[in-house]
Order: sequence, then C-alpha cells, then structure tokens
Amino acid sequence: MKHLLSTADLTRDEALHILDTAQEMAKTQEREVRKLPTLRGKTVVNLFFEDSTRTRISFEVAAKRLSADVINFSAKGSSVSKGESLKDTALTLEAMGSDGIVIRHSASGAAERLATSGWIQGSVVNAGDGTHQHPTQALLDAFTIRRHLGERSDSTGLDGLTVTLVGDILHSRVARSNIHLLTTLGASVVLVAPPTLLPIGVETWPVRVAHTLDEALDAFDIDALMMLRIQLERMSGGGAAFFPSPAEYSRLLGLDAARLARLPSHAIIMHPGPMNRGLEISAEAADSPRSVIVEQVSNGVAVRMAVLYLLLAGEAEL
Amino acid sequence: MTKPIVITGVSLYGEEAADIVIAKGEIASLSAADAPSGAVIVDGSGLVALPGLVDPHTHLREPGREDAETIETGSRSAAAGGYVAVHAMANTTPVADTAGVVEQVWRRGREVGLVDVFPLGAVTVGLKGERLAELGAMAQSDAHVRMFSDDGMCVSDPVLMRRALEYVKTFDGIIAQHAQDPRLTEGSQMHEGAVSASLGLAGWPAVAEESIIARDILLAEHVGSRIHVLHLSTARSVDIVRWGKSRGVKVTAEATPHHILLTDESARGYDARFKVNPPLRPESDVEAVRAGLVDGTIDVIGTDHAPHPDEDKDGEWAASAFGMIGLETSLGVVQKTLVDTGRLTWRDVARLMSEAPARLCQFEGHGRPLAVGEPANITLVDPKRAWVVDPRGTASRSHNSPFGGIEMPGTVVGTILRGAVTHAHPAFGGLGK
Amino acid sequence: MTGAVMDAPDMARALTRIAHEILERNGGASGIVLLGIPTRGLPLAKRLAARIAAVEPGFDAEACTGAIDITMYRDDLRRQPTRSIGETTLPQAGIDDEVVVLVDDVFHTGRTVRAALDAVKDVGRPRSVQLAVLVDRGHRELPIRADYVGKNLPTAQAEKVRVMLDEIDGEDAVVIERPDAGGEG
Repeated sequence: MKHLLSTADLTRDEALHILDTAQEMAKTQEREVRKLPTLRGKTVVNLFFEDSTRTRISFEVAAKRLSADVINFSAKGSSVSKGESLKDTALTLEAMGSDGIVIRHSASGAAERLATSGWIQGSVVNAGDGTHQHPTQALLDAFTIRRHLGERSDSTGLDGLTVTLVGDILHSRVARSNIHLLTTLGASVVLVAPPTLLPIGVETWPVRVAHTLDEALDAFDIDALMMLRIQLERMSGGGAAFFPSPAEYSRLLGLDAARLARLPSHAIIMHPGPMNRGLEISAEAADSPRSVIVEQVSNGVAVRMAVLYLLLAGEAEL
Repeated sequence: MTKPIVITGVSLYGEEAADIVIAKGEIASLSAADAPSGAVIVDGSGLVALPGLVDPHTHLREPGREDAETIETGSRSAAAGGYVAVHAMANTTPVADTAGVVEQVWRRGREVGLVDVFPLGAVTVGLKGERLAELGAMAQSDAHVRMFSDDGMCVSDPVLMRRALEYVKTFDGIIAQHAQDPRLTEGSQMHEGAVSASLGLAGWPAVAEESIIARDILLAEHVGSRIHVLHLSTARSVDIVRWGKSRGVKVTAEATPHHILLTDESARGYDARFKVNPPLRPESDVEAVRAGLVDGTIDVIGTDHAPHPDEDKDGEWAASAFGMIGLETSLGVVQKTLVDTGRLTWRDVARLMSEAPARLCQFEGHGRPLAVGEPANITLVDPKRAWVVDPRGTASRSHNSPFGGIEMPGTVVGTILRGAVTHAHPAFGGLGK
Repeated sequence: MTGAVMDAPDMARALTRIAHEILERNGGASGIVLLGIPTRGLPLAKRLAARIAAVEPGFDAEACTGAIDITMYRDDLRRQPTRSIGETTLPQAGIDDEVVVLVDDVFHTGRTVRAALDAVKDVGRPRSVQLAVLVDRGHRELPIRADYVGKNLPTAQAEKVRVMLDEIDGEDAVVIERPDAGGEG
C-alpha cells in the first residue's frame, strides 16, 4: 500500500490487516510509555486546507507516538485553497522533504490529485476530501464496531452485523467511506435519510434504504447506529430545501430516548463528531452507556498509527 | 497571388475520384486536363476531399484571455483541424456584446487570414442575463452578426429569452442557447448519476439541460422564431428536439465530438481535462447523441473548442475550469465513432461539419459543393493515416485535450481556403510549398 | 543442499538444560518472566516455562510467560517492505523488578535482541534481562551475547538456519539451508 485515498481501494485482507495492526497499536497506547521509535527520522506533513482540529490533532498524536517529525501546514483561505496552489504547495513540501502527507481538503479528489499528479514522491493519506472520502474515519468506525460487536460476527470481519447510517448521506464523506469499508468487511449497511439527502444512483449501491428512523427501527435488527452530523447552514436555508426545518429533521431522523430504547440491548451508538446535540442526537442518547462516541476518538489515534506505520515504515515502493 | 493547384485522383465526398483544379480561389475544373501551366500538382489518390469544414462553436479567447488562446493560434489550430471558418463565441473579456468588440474580432480574424472568423454576439449585456445587448447594432456592424448566444451561460429568464427570440427576426437572426438551468446546477461539477455519487462531486442533472430545451422549443413555436440548441448531450434532449422538429418548430441542434466519444466514467481519477459543460454523460446518452446525428435530429457538429491554460486544469476538479480543446481532433473523432463504424458516410460528414453549419450560421461562400465555379474551400483527409493524440502537439496555445493517448484513424492532410493552403501535413508533400 | 543439525530429541535435551541453567543462575524460579520473541521464540518460551514448572512446582508457567514483539523497534524497517506487527502479551503482573529472560530461536547479528531490549524498556523496568537462544550461529554485528545457548552452530554468512517447531511447523528440527541448494532437491 502506497497511499490511503479511499476505502473503495481496500481489499478485505488489507482492511483487516489495518484493523489488526491498529489493535496492536491500541495496546501500546495503554502503556506507561506510549511512544514507539518506529518512524524516527520520518517526516509527516499535516496539510490541512480545511479546518478540522480534531482530525489534525488525531493524526498529529498518531505520528508523534510513532516518533515521526510532524509539520502542520494549515493552508486554509480562499486564495490558497484554489487551483494551482495545491500543486505549488505539494512541490514546496516535496522540496522540504516529506515522507508522508496527510491532506484534508474541501475539494473532492484533492488527495487523489496530490497522490497521482507526479508532484510528490511520498505517501498520501486522505484525511477527508470534499464530499468524497474520509477513509481513516471509516477504519476507526469499523475498528470500534469490531471491538464491541466482533464476537457477534461470524468472521474476523463484520459479517452478519447490520450497521445503520442516519443523516446527510448525499454530502457525507464519512458515509461514503463507511459504506465501502463496511461492505468489504461483510456488514450489511442500511442508510436512513430523506430522499433529498440521498445521492441519485443510490439504488446501485450495496445498501438498503429507509427514509425515517422509525421505519428503520421497525424493519431492521440494528447492531450499530451511526448518526451523521447535519450541517445546518446548508440544509434548509437559501433555497437549498433539503428538509423543511431542523425540528422536522429531529422528528423524522433524530435519535432520542424513546428511539434509543427501541434498539436491541447490545446495539452501540456512534457519531463521527462534532455533534449537534438536540438535532440529530439527543443528550440522553449521546451520553448513554451504549454510546461509544468518546471511544471512537481514542480509537482514531490507534487506527491512524496503524495507517502511518503501514504506509511509511517500510522501504519506499517504487 | 497563390499558384494554381491540381489535386489528382482525389475521392470527392469519399465517392468518385476526380482531379480538383484550383485557380483564382475557385474550383476551376474537375479534370487535370484543364490544369493551367505552372500549377502545383499533388497526388490525391487515397485522400477524401470534403468542402472546407465550418465550426459553428469555437472559443478563441481573444480579447481578454490571450494566455489561453489568441485569434491567431486558434485560427492555426482550426486550419490544422481542417476548418476554413469558425464561429467565435462571445464570452470574451470584454464580452462581445457591442458592435465594437465583434468588429475587433472579425478584423483580427481577417488579418490572420487562416480561417474566416465570424463572431457571435452576446444575447445579454455582459452575459448577465439581465437585459438584451444591442443585437441590431451587432447585426449591422461590419462583422454582420447573425447568431447570438450567451454560451457559457444560459439565458434562463423566460421573458428575456422570449424577447430575444422575437427581436432577432428583424434581421433573420437566430438565438443559440446554452441549455442549463442555473438553479438546478448550482455548484455542479459533473453529470449527476452513479459516478458523481461515488466520486462525491456535485451533480449536473440531465434535466437541467432538457427542461430548458423543452421550454425554448415551446417559446420558439409560440413566437414563430428559430432556436438553435448548442452542445446537446442527453438522450432526452435528442428526443425533445426530435419532437420539436416533428411539430414543425424551427429548431436546430448541435453535438460536440467529446459528447459522442467520452463518458462520465472519465471523471474517475479527477483529471480536470475531462471537466466540461455540459458534462460528459453515461454511455446511454452518448449513444443517443450518436443516433441523433445519424437520423438527422442533430444538424451540426461543433467543437466547443475551449482552451484553458495548464494552471486552470491541473488542480482540484472543483477549482478547475470547464472546457476542452477540440479543433484538431473533431474530424478524427467523427471518423472513429461514426464513419468507420459504418453509420455515416463522408457525404454525411460534409453535411454535418460544413454544409449545415455554414447554412445555419449564414457564412457566405462556405459549405458549398465541390463543383466547378465554387470557392475553393477544401479539406483533404487521409482516412488511413492513423495518429495518436498528443495534447502538447497542438497548434492551440492550450493543451487541455481530453483525447491524449487516443488513436485517431484519419488525418487532415490539407486545408485550403479560397485557393490558399492554410494547413499542409508534413507527410503530404507538394501542397506545403 | 540441506542438512539437519538438530532433531527433536536434541532440541528437547537442549531446552531442558537451558531450563536448569536458568534456575541455577537465578537461584530458583522466583521472579522469572519468560518473554518469547515472535514468531518462534514464543513456543520456545512456553516450553522452557513448562520445564521450569516441572522442577519448581511453585512456578506458574502460564502467568510468567509472554510475548514481546519487536517489529516496531527494528532498525531495518525502511530496508524492507512493511512488516506485519506481531502480538505483545505481558504477564498480568507486568515485568517491573522481575528477571526477564528473552527467548528466541536463532541468535545471529544481535539486532533482533537489540530491538527486543528497546521494546522491553518501553513496557517496564525489569531487575535484569537475560537471553536464551536455541541456536547461536555467530556473525554478531552488535556487542551482545547470550546467557543460555542450546547449540553453537558455526555457519557461513550465506547459509540460512531454519528452526522448525512442532507448534508451528508440525515437527521439531533445526536445518541449515545452503544457498547452492538450488532446484536439485
């Protein structure tokens, strides 16, 4: 593996290898000395064209725990985040010498362009590109599901489990990444969204669809329920008209105490954060013992350590 | 004074072989026996002669974006592609919305002299879609503008569109519509479908094109005017135009080479050379557009040659410009997709790429028969000389061809404008000097 | 060609001797933790633990054996394709102030042991660290020596020593593979 751009590129074996590696990484994070010498002398650049303190910190911690040097390059700003500047920035980083670039960008495909345009030699990790992919988020979600529900699966993957994603599938890179990865690992995926927030062509995806959360609770045995963040500002205002109002969204799709109670007792609640409490998820649900939302964050470090290790530790691929 | 030229044994329209004797800018004879003394004699055996190609849809970028293309480089590229006349779109800087700008473009084209450059005029001031440009002044200018378009932008306001359709009847003008409902395509990046869903690129729904075409055909019928549909790209667009024609509405339509060869699958990889407006569509639409060319629903082939410098194309997809160059590859694509597959004859190609566009755009002296006494506007094609497209090997100032690496089955080996050789392929000796 | 240099009884005798040497050197089994270096060091550590338990009934073989993976401490990571990480399992009580005996199959350049020492340091602070190996084939590249050796095996640099264990390979044997073995069998 040279780059991690999309979960669609991962075979089942590769995905399991990352999760298994992450499991060992997670163990090292329970020690008193959590730092490993593995990537000593390697340089990882966090190239963030879009603000995301959580993701950047998670990658930064992961790289530092592996003893890599970390450079944070925040390129947010309208003029810098356009066109040619991606190339110029890449050439600059290449000239300074970087072994891996972790890129976050508001444009779909930015990570792939960076990896395949011949501007840089090193590895590229996609830390979220537009509405396309966010593969490490999906990996940490799969890791979390496997930790909690792995015993219910008939395999080392997620076979036999049903994972339900609720919310803005259309604009969600988290959803796209998860759908590919969960399917690759054998889980059955259910999407819950109003038709306005599902992409055209969703019928060609290997998923089942419901339009309200109640409908999904009735129809499916849900093992993991993943609530996606709703970006209010682009949802109901300005003629976008994806749904009539936040209140109606909560009524049809929000996870509240009553719906929480209808889930099977073993089911876990997930959210990629940051949450809109009271909109897509109520405080009772977010803080319930079945919520693994905080654990997702710590698993994120282990998964990113695994990815950085697998991409950067070995000899450079030619 | 250009020397007389005799092209011997060339196949006219891909049919019977003849000799073409060119003197004083005209076709003087179809028999070498009539060759004047001192004529350059060229062996045309194996070549196909077509009436000089006419591109109803070219972006020459001058004035304003001379870093992308100039009238000179664009003319050279057009000649290399077999064109003798091009219709230059109005979305320059400043916009060609006044008599002054269209005359400037027209004059510069004449100075360069490689192809006849006829400017379109903008329909609305600054392409803003707010109020009509001075269409009459452009029509009466030296540039003699007959076709108007906001191409790049859609005249989306139905009232404005209606008025434009009515108004141009004054001077037998025609409105060419870039059919794209702006509200349905806010932020759109590529065809909306399975590929856009998986790439996470904002979709450009086919209905945004189709609904405008349907509306405009109904408007044209209502006011008894003509309407021309630019770069139609979907199966339902073809159906709607076919329906309009069957009702007797004076509707004509254009298809581009890229919409009959490439599909939305090209967007995988996010290489913005494949970003174009309207977007590349799925195979079913591509096939419907080809069928529309074959059955006559679509009247003309236009390149929509849209040059952009590298820096506008090598970044992220969403930040990159729409458009692709195509003057030098259009005939190759048409031969590859429609002639070599047996669906069109060279005579059909002459109609779609020369006669019909010349008639539609009212270019006098173009799209004429290959016959004695006609202007010597001729495109010579070697249908067996295959070549592989190298985007850097173009006469255009820009290199944003989507066909890089694709083999074209035939080559334009010579272009003649009123008896003067404007392009001669190096492999085709004799014609050059 | 390939030659077997130890068979199952040889190996059993060597391990039994090492177990006794460990007890002798440390004055009993108290405070002893055996950490095998994956892959083949781990079953060897378990066998040693079983032998120690057989003579020292107070010794809980299960609780005093573990594995220490050294992949992430190797100094040749960037010279090879990325390696999979092995498992690290430590005794419940940890290794602080214990006597850690590292167990590996083949002792060669010393680089693996160097990495293991670094790995041990990150998981605790043992009172001392000792090294037990089934085969010492020489060619040390670092100033490291073994405390317990099953068999000293002079080899040429180009030769390969392979230890096969019943738990993993279905049989017990140590063989030397010579580079000229070729395709002739």
